[in-house]
Amino acid sequence: MTIMDNIWIDVGALEDIPRQGARLVKTAAGCVALFRTKNDQVFALDDKCPHRGGPLSQGIVHGNAVTCPLHNWVINLETGLAQGADEGEVKTFVVRTEAGRILLEASKFVRNKDAA
Amino acid sequence: MTSRLVVIGNGMAPGRALERLFEAAPGTYDVTIFNAEPRTNYDRILLSPVLSGEKSYEEIVIHGDAWYEQNGVKLHKGKKVVAIDRAAKTVTAEDGTTAAYDKLLIATGSVPFIIPVPGRDLAGVLTYRDLDDVNAMLIAAENGGHAVVIGGGLLGLEAAAGLKARGMEVTVVHLMPTLMERQLDAAAGGLLKRALEDRAIKVITKANTKEILATHDSRGSTRVRGVVLDDGAEIAADIVVMAVGIRPNAAIAKEAGLETNRGIVVDERLRTSDPDILAVGECVEFNGNVYGLVAPLYEQANIVSNELTGLGGAGFTDKALATKLKVTGVDLFSAGDFADAEGREEIVLRDATRGVYKRLVLEDDKVVGAVLFGDTSDSSWFFQHIKDGTDISEMRDTLIFGPAYAGGTQADPSAAVATLPTDAEICGCNGVCKGTIVAAINDQGLTSIDDVRAHTKASASCGTCSGLVEQLLALSLGDAYDAAAVRAMCGCTELGHAEVRRLIVAKELKSIPDLMQELEWTSSGGCAKCRPALNYYMLSSWPGEYVDDNQSRFINERVHANIQKDGTYSVVPRMWGGVTNPQELRAIADVAEKFEIPTVKCTGGQRIDLLGVKKEDLPAVWADLNAAGLVSGHAYGKVLRTVKTCVGTDWCRFGTQDSTGLGVRIEKFMWGSWTPAKVKMAVSGCPRNCSEATCKDVGVICVDSGFEIHFAGAAGLDIKGTEFLCHVKTEDEAIEVIVALVQLYREQGHYLERIYKWAKRVGIESIQAAVIVDVERRRRLFEAFAFSQKFSQSDPWAERARGIKDAHEFAPMADLTRMEAAE
Ligand SMILES: Cc1cc2nc3c(=O)[nH]c(=O)nc-3n(C[C@H](O)[C@H](O)[C@H](O)COP(=O)(O)OP(=O)(O)OC[C@H]3O[C@@H](n4cnc5c(N)ncnc54)[C@H](O)[C@@H]3O)c2cc1C
Ligand code: SF4
Ligand code: FES
Repeated sequence: MTIMDNIWIDVGALEDIPRQGARLVKTAAGCVALFRTKNDQVFALDDKCPHRGGPLSQGIVHGNAVTCPLHNWVINLETGLAQGADEGEVKTFVVRTEAGRILLEASKFVRNKDAA
Repeated sequence: MTSRLVVIGNGMAPGRALERLFEAAPGTYDVTIFNAEPRTNYDRILLSPVLSGEKSYEEIVIHGDAWYEQNGVKLHKGKKVVAIDRAAKTVTAEDGTTAAYDKLLIATGSVPFIIPVPGRDLAGVLTYRDLDDVNAMLIAAENGGHAVVIGGGLLGLEAAAGLKARGMEVTVVHLMPTLMERQLDAAAGGLLKRALEDRAIKVITKANTKEILATHDSRGSTRVRGVVLDDGAEIAADIVVMAVGIRPNAAIAKEAGLETNRGIVVDERLRTSDPDILAVGECVEFNGNVYGLVAPLYEQANIVSNELTGLGGAGFTDKALATKLKVTGVDLFSAGDFADAEGREEIVLRDATRGVYKRLVLEDDKVVGAVLFGDTSDSSWFFQHIKDGTDISEMRDTLIFGPAYAGGTQADPSAAVATLPTDAEICGCNGVCKGTIVAAINDQGLTSIDDVRAHTKASASCGTCSGLVEQLLALSLGDAYDAAAVRAMCGCTELGHAEVRRLIVAKELKSIPDLMQELEWTSSGGCAKCRPALNYYMLSSWPGEYVDDNQSRFINERVHANIQKDGTYSVVPRMWGGVTNPQELRAIADVAEKFEIPTVKCTGGQRIDLLGVKKEDLPAVWADLNAAGLVSGHAYGKVLRTVKTCVGTDWCRFGTQDSTGLGVRIEKFMWGSWTPAKVKMAVSGCPRNCSEATCKDVGVICVDSGFEIHFAGAAGLDIKGTEFLCHVKTEDEAIEVIVALVQLYREQGHYLERIYKWAKRVGIESIQAAVIVDVERRRRLFEAFAFSQKFSQSDPWAERARGIKDAHEFAPMADLTRMEAAE
C-alpha cells in the first residue's frame, strides 16, 4: 500500500468533454479514455479496443456504449465488455465527478519510481 | 487426376449444368469456358426488363466473376471458338487461344434469323439476342426517333414495348394476319394488338418487308432510314430490330464433323455423335425438336451434369412448355400444344369489355394446351393439368373458370395456389415446385420474396411466378407476411430511411433530439447507425439552419482526416482536377519531413496522401499546408471526393474539349457538399476515356459535339459501368445537369447508399425525368444545391489549424505520465 491509495487526481472539468464524446488522459500505463454520455455520466476505460487495439476514444458514444472506429465493435462503458456476438473486455477505471470536476484514482496511474 | 472440361458458350444452359456439377462433384473437372460475349453468365430472359428500364444489368447477372474464381473456372471472355480439333482434342479461339479437353460441352445457343432483304447490313439494323443488342437499342433510344420492329412474336413484342418505354415511336411489322399466331388464335391476337395500340405502339400485320432504306450521307457513312413494305408503304426508322426467329447455332459442330441437322443432334443423355462431346441448350436437336425456352434447357443441364459425373438418372424427354409475355401490363400466358388437329376440341371464354380471353385445347378428356390473355391468375393450375394429363371430364363444365369453380367455393386469389399439389411446378425457369418453396419458407424461416429467391431460385429468373411465390409466403406465414415491410433504419426505430427522410421534411423536424422525441425513438440518444444518418438528413434538409452535430459523425468526419489501423491519421490535400505545381509539391515535401510522416503515396483519385500523421500534429500539418494554399481534400467523408481528369485539349492530340478545365470547374463548384455517401467523378477528353469516367458516380466523356454525361458507375465492392444520362453541348449545361443530379441524390439518397444503388432503387428513368426532361425541376435542383453550398464551402482544416474549432479533439485532457509515486 502506498500513500497514493485513495488519492484522487483532478484531471479536468466535465465541460471539457463534449456530450456523447470522449477525451484522453495520458498516463504512464497508456492512454485512458474518458467518456461522457448524454446524461453526463463519465466513464474511464483503456483506450484500446479488445478486438485489434482500436482507439475507443475516437468512436461514437451512444447510450452507455461506444462503437469502435475501426471495425464497429460496441463496448459497454460500464462493464468494459464487448456487446452482441463479439467477445472481449476492456479495462475500466473508477472515476468520480464532483462539482463539475472529474477525478481519477491516482494509484492506478502512478509510475513506480524504482521501475522508472 | 482431374479431367479437363472445356465449354464453348457461356449462356444459361451451361451455367446451370456447371452449377449442378460443382454441387455434385466439386473438383472433378478443371473447367475452361470460352464465351463469345465479353462477360459472365447472365439471365438472358430478363433482357427485356433491362431494355425497358425496369431492371439493371447487375440485377440479371447469374454468376459474377467471384463465382468463376471460387470454382476454379478459367473463363475466356470475348473469345469465340472457331475450330474444334476432335483428333487432337483441342479447341481454338479467334485470337489463337487454344485449350485441350477430355470432355467438351458445346453450348453455343442460337443465332437470330436475319431476313435476306436489301439493307439488312446497314448500321442501325439490330437483332435481339444479347446485352450488346440491348445496349445498341438503348443508345439509339437516347435520341428518341422511330423504331421498326420486324416480327410480332414474343421477342419482337418485348423489344417493341421496351423501346416504347424508352421514348421511341415504335411500329411492329408482322408478316402474318395476327400477332403471335403460333400461340394465339385470331381473336386473342386481336386483343393483344389492341392492348399494344393502347400503349401507342403501331402494329401492321400482313406486312412483308421488302427493303431497308439507307440515309445518303455526304461523308459516306450510311445508316438505316426506313423500311419499305411489299405494298410500297414506307415507314421511317432510326433503328430496325429484326426479331423473326432463331436457329440453333450448330456451325462449329458441323465443321468438326459432328452429326447435325437443324441443331446438333444429341441422344437422351445429351451426347453428340462423338462420345467425348456433349451439347446443351438451344444449339441441340433432340428427337427432331429444337428448344427456345429455358425450362427444358435447365432440365438438359441437369442431365449433362449427371452425365459428366457418371451419376446416370433419367434421360431427357419432351414436356409441355409454358411461356409468358414479359410486357408490363399485358398479361399473356400460353402453354402446351394448341394447334388445330383431328379429335381436338376447344373451350373458349371471351370477355371483350374486361379484355379477357381464355382458350383451352382438349384431347381425350385432357387439357393439352392453354392460352390466357388479360387474366393469367389460373395459369399454373391449367399448366399443372396439362403436365399431369388430368382427366377433366368431371369438371369440364366449369373448367375454364379455373380452380375457383372446380372444387366449389373459393374466392380469394391464394386459394388457387392452396389447391396446387406439392409437386406442382411454380417456377418453370428454375424447376422449383411448391413443396420445395414451402419447405424452405418453413424450415429456414424465410419471410420475403428475396429470401425465397436467394434460397430456392424460385422467381429469380423471368419473375412471372413472383405472384405465386408471394401467395405461398402468405399461405405459409399467414398474417406474419407483410409484402410491403420496410427495413428499419436501425434498432432504435421501426421506420425505414425513406420514411424518416419524408417525416423530417413533412413535420419540419430540425434537430436530432426533436426527431427522436417526435418519431418515438426507442433508445436514449440513438446509436452509431442512426445518428450519422440523421445528422446528414438534417444537414441536407435544412441548409443554413441546422447546426451540425459533431458527436454524431464518424471519427474521420469529426477530425477531417482518415483514421488508420494504428490510430494515426492520413492527410490528403485537395488537388483540383488532379493538377498541382512545384510550390504545392514543395509544401507537401516539407510537411512530410518536418512531421516525420512515414508514408507519402499517390491515391487512386489523382492526389497525394500523407499517411501516419499523429492526431495531435494534425492542426500544425494543416497550418503548413494551408500556408501553401492547400485545403482539405475531404478524402475522409461522405462528400465530393475527387474529380479525376485527363489532359484533354491542353496537351492530348485526341482531346476534344478542355477536360481538365471542366473537371476543375466542377470540383471548385461542388467541393464541401455533404452527400449520402462519397461521390467520385471524372472527366475524360475523348472516348478513349483515360480518366476512367465510366465507372464513376458521375462521369463526363467529352466528344466533338459536346459532353456525354454518365452516372451510377461503381468500381469497389461492386463493379458496374455507368448509365448514360444525356448529351449536352456546353460546359455550362454540363455543370447544371451534374449539379442537379447530385442534388436529387442528396435529397433522395439513403445514408451510405452510393449513387448507383440509389439509381437502382428509384429507377434511372425517374432520375432522367427530374434532371433531363423537366428543365424547370433541373433549375430548381441546381439552385437548391447552390444555396446549400453557401454554408458548406469553408475549409475545415483552416478553422481547426487556427484553433477556432474543436481544439479539444486534438489535445489530451490531462497528462499524468510525469506523476510519480510519493513515498
Ligand atoms: C430477349 C429474350 C427474351 C427471352 N425470354 C424468354 C422467356 O420469357 N422465357 C424463356 O423460357 N426463354 C426466354 N428466352 C430464351 C432463353 O433466353 C434462351 O432459351 C436461353 O438463354 C438459351 O440458353 P443457351 O445457354 O442455350 O444459349 P445462350 O444463352 O444463347 O448462350 C450461348 C452463348 O454462347 C456464345 N457463343 C456462341 N458461339 C460461340 C463460340 N463459337 N465460341 C464461344 N462462345 C460462343 C454466345 O455468345 C452466347 O453467349 C428469351 C430470349 C431472349 C433473347
Ligand atoms: S481521354 Fe482522350 S483526350 Fe483525354 S488523354 Fe485520353 S486520349 Fe487524350
Ligand atoms: S479494433 Fe475495435 S473493432 Fe476492431
